Amino acid sequence: MSLTSFSPSWSDTTAMAAAARFLLRTAGSKASITNVNSCVHSKLGLTPLRVSPSCIPHAKTQKRHAAHFTFQPDPVSTKYGPMQKMNLFQSVTSALDNTLASDPTAVIFGEDVAFGGVFRCTVGLRDKYGKDRVFNTPLCEQGIVGFGIGLAVAGATAIAEIQFADYIFPAFDQIVNEAAKYRYRSGNLFDCGNLTIRAPWGCVGHGSLYHSQSPEAFFAHCPGIKVVIPRGPVQAKGLLLSCIADKNPCIFFEPKILYRAAVDQVPVEPYQIPLSQAEVLQEGSDVTLVAWGTQVHVIREVAAMAQEKLGVSCEVVDLQTILPWDTETVCKSVVKTGRLLISHEAPVTGGFAAEISSTVQEECFLNLEAPIARVCGRRTSWTSEFSISPPIRLNLILSQYMLTTEIARRLFRMH
Amino acid sequence: MAAFRVLRKFCGIRYNVICQNKGLNDFSRHFQYREFRINGVLCQQTLDSSTERPQFPGACADFVDRLEFIQPNVISGIPVYRVMNRQGQIINPSEDPQLPKEMVVNFYQKMTLLNTMDRILYESQRQGRISFYATNFGEEGTHIGSAAALDPNDLVFGQYREVGVLMYRGFPLELFMAQCHANADDLGKGRQMPVHYGSKDLNFVTISSTLATQIPQAAGAAYTMKRENSNRAVICYFGEGAASEGDAHAGFNFSATLECPIIFFCRNNGYAISTPTREQYRGDGIAARGPGYGIMTIRVDGNDVFAVYNATKEARRRAVTENQPFLIEAMTYRVGHHSTSDDSLAYRSVDEVNYWDKQDHPISRLRNYMTGRGWWGEEEEQAWRKESQEQVMQALEYAERQPKPQIELLFTDVYQELPPHLEKQKQAMWRHLKQYKEHYPLSIYEK
Ligand SMILES: Cc1ncc(C[n+]2csc(CCOP(=O)(O)OP(=O)(O)O)c2C)c(N)n1
Ligand SMILES: [Mg+2]
Repeated sequence: MSLTSFSPSWSDTTAMAAAARFLLRTAGSKASITNVNSCVHSKLGLTPLRVSPSCIPHAKTQKRHAAHFTFQPDPVSTKYGPMQKMNLFQSVTSALDNTLASDPTAVIFGEDVAFGGVFRCTVGLRDKYGKDRVFNTPLCEQGIVGFGIGLAVAGATAIAEIQFADYIFPAFDQIVNEAAKYRYRSGNLFDCGNLTIRAPWGCVGHGSLYHSQSPEAFFAHCPGIKVVIPRGPVQAKGLLLSCIADKNPCIFFEPKILYRAAVDQVPVEPYQIPLSQAEVLQEGSDVTLVAWGTQVHVIREVAAMAQEKLGVSCEVVDLQTILPWDTETVCKSVVKTGRLLISHEAPVTGGFAAEISSTVQEECFLNLEAPIARVCGRRTSWTSEFSISPPIRLNLILSQYMLTTEIARRLFRMH
Repeated sequence: MAAFRVLRKFCGIRYNVICQNKGLNDFSRHFQYREFRINGVLCQQTLDSSTERPQFPGACADFVDRLEFIQPNVISGIPVYRVMNRQGQIINPSEDPQLPKEMVVNFYQKMTLLNTMDRILYESQRQGRISFYATNFGEEGTHIGSAAALDPNDLVFGQYREVGVLMYRGFPLELFMAQCHANADDLGKGRQMPVHYGSKDLNFVTISSTLATQIPQAAGAAYTMKRENSNRAVICYFGEGAASEGDAHAGFNFSATLECPIIFFCRNNGYAISTPTREQYRGDGIAARGPGYGIMTIRVDGNDVFAVYNATKEARRRAVTENQPFLIEAMTYRVGHHSTSDDSLAYRSVDEVNYWDKQDHPISRLRNYMTGRGWWGEEEEQAWRKESQEQVMQALEYAERQPKPQIELLFTDVYQELPPHLEKQKQAMWRHLKQYKEHYPLSIYEK
């Protein structure tokens, strides 16, 4: 899993070569992986991220070129009353604000949350609701989760922030052995269902080994918790409020590359988006593409590219909840299309795509027209944008080109 | 009773949290905020280079001009507070809690009932009737002394060797037995190994096998209680071995910085399975760590039930009124093996065990005290032994006759609801069980 031991497998090498050919052919036609927004990686994510004026995209354009994809705002729906333009971190703040206002037992805590958090998700909440409700803890992740479990066991609504998903591992024991098993082991005498753990997640372009990881698969193996990942501001607020209301401990991973880059019209009032339900973002007939979080935006573009370049019609599914996941929606789609490609940023081995793949193979075997394809992170760790050789740079972003070539090669045997 | 040493001067900056009433539901009426205190060490608030005192934000201290390392004080050690000597005589009458006869007799009966239950369940495991057991021999004083000093509403987070606390609160023998036999009466639905008790009614959080995880959790629960202003405290028990876990550090530090009304109660019984304290830590026990966290601390003789009672009572009173954590290190000795999976003769001598069993046992010390007052004699002893033995045997035999919990309970409580994938697994299990029922002892489960 380290840079030095990186030895691409046969299929990796072929995939990369194919992707490289594709890149050469299409160079200059559209944003490529080299186009990772310099505004993002000029600010290391360790200090409060602030957008300098030159980084703020034109207010008029809805599309934002912040990364290796183009964020498509959610269609505006006025079903939940007045809307406001919010980026993803503001929609998280809005959900937390609604919760603190309506639930006097709710508290929010973690490293540096009192002044607003290093990603600004808790800005203004301490002043509005008091120091006893929005507070800093000592720098200790196992303490943050353990403390949160205790708060919840005693009846409070506990919203814990882990500063980066990469640093959730000191709390792994508290999550896996404690939070997840509290209700079961006590025969339902005690539970910590009122605990929600939020953590910034996923690649950001410059995050290197320890500010880029997507550890959802580690938690997907653990009965008793829920794991949820939104693709944009509208989903972030609705799903976070569902996690907070849900009577089971939830982990809510927030794609940190989207904190500023993704902007939607978001309802100001509280609303919930149901957990364990995937969303079909685009209907199609030839292949099902499944992703969650940031990668949803990549596969959306892949769908367009596959239509244009290959004449393939893609159905795009945002899984949204990793555990317990919506097998029904995914399987229904695969029964229709006969092909499935799953893509996530985390390493392919033992990644959540493996679980989806296995289930779909069991449920839809006779409907499958091609082997299920997983296009996921390489078997190395994430590395830094700077200081790396071009092939490893490919590791950073599972580009639209790579995915499209994989659809052609693996699912339709076109290459 | 002034046994607590003031470790630091605190200045209490008081402020009231403004209660936000916007959009609060009914709940808010019962929900008033306790005054929050910030413990600020006496440090200058503004930077001033004209004074010769250090200005660093991380500490409040003077400069010195001699190179000197701080010596850990393990030679004389933190003193051990006690009320009775080994013969059960009160040493300093002003420290005598002067508990009424019925209460002291109850202490004694609970300590000995626990002892009897331990002996019978230990034997029952040896005979293969239950799967596992861990006794509390020699530590009964720490359980009963602390449990008696608490309010019944105080929430207990325990390890696994504090059974006397639950017994003192009135957990019936039938339910102890039901848990150890994993039968249908077990409140935990037969899901855990023996001795992992829990009771919602008695405010005793279900035990987890994973050591020390309850320590930061207890701090969190205490924070909830502080915000509820409910005049409740939390007590958190753990062994000196568990105190080496990172979670112990987390719990101490969180409770101090977040000002939680909690009592950390460490049973230092000399061993963590086979590991002696010499290989567990090099400082002066667990008590020595308290000052490092800014926690009020005391070390007590855990075999002196009154010393434990006094210390817990005062710690509890102050924890609730001052919203701060207290640490009690109760020195005691694990007379039994670690558990039924252990034979302690492999790592300690019979003489050592005998010393504690015969010369310095909490039960005999309390009995001496009672005899000295004329509250307890041989006659009472014989009658109580017989009665307690019968009670335990009766409960045991009853538990053995009960069916096992319903098979369905395998799938409930994983989540609050039953998600589709578990429903599917359940259906698959039933299909299998119906088809191959002759291979499974289905009749032992409750229908
Ligand atoms: C995290 C963890 N590590 C190891 C164990 C195995 N284990 C069970 S009890 C024990 C010793 C605990 O000693 P101590 O805390 O002193 O409590 P005592 O048994 O003396 O009451 C160990 C190592 C465990 N249960 N949990
Ligand atoms: Mg011990």
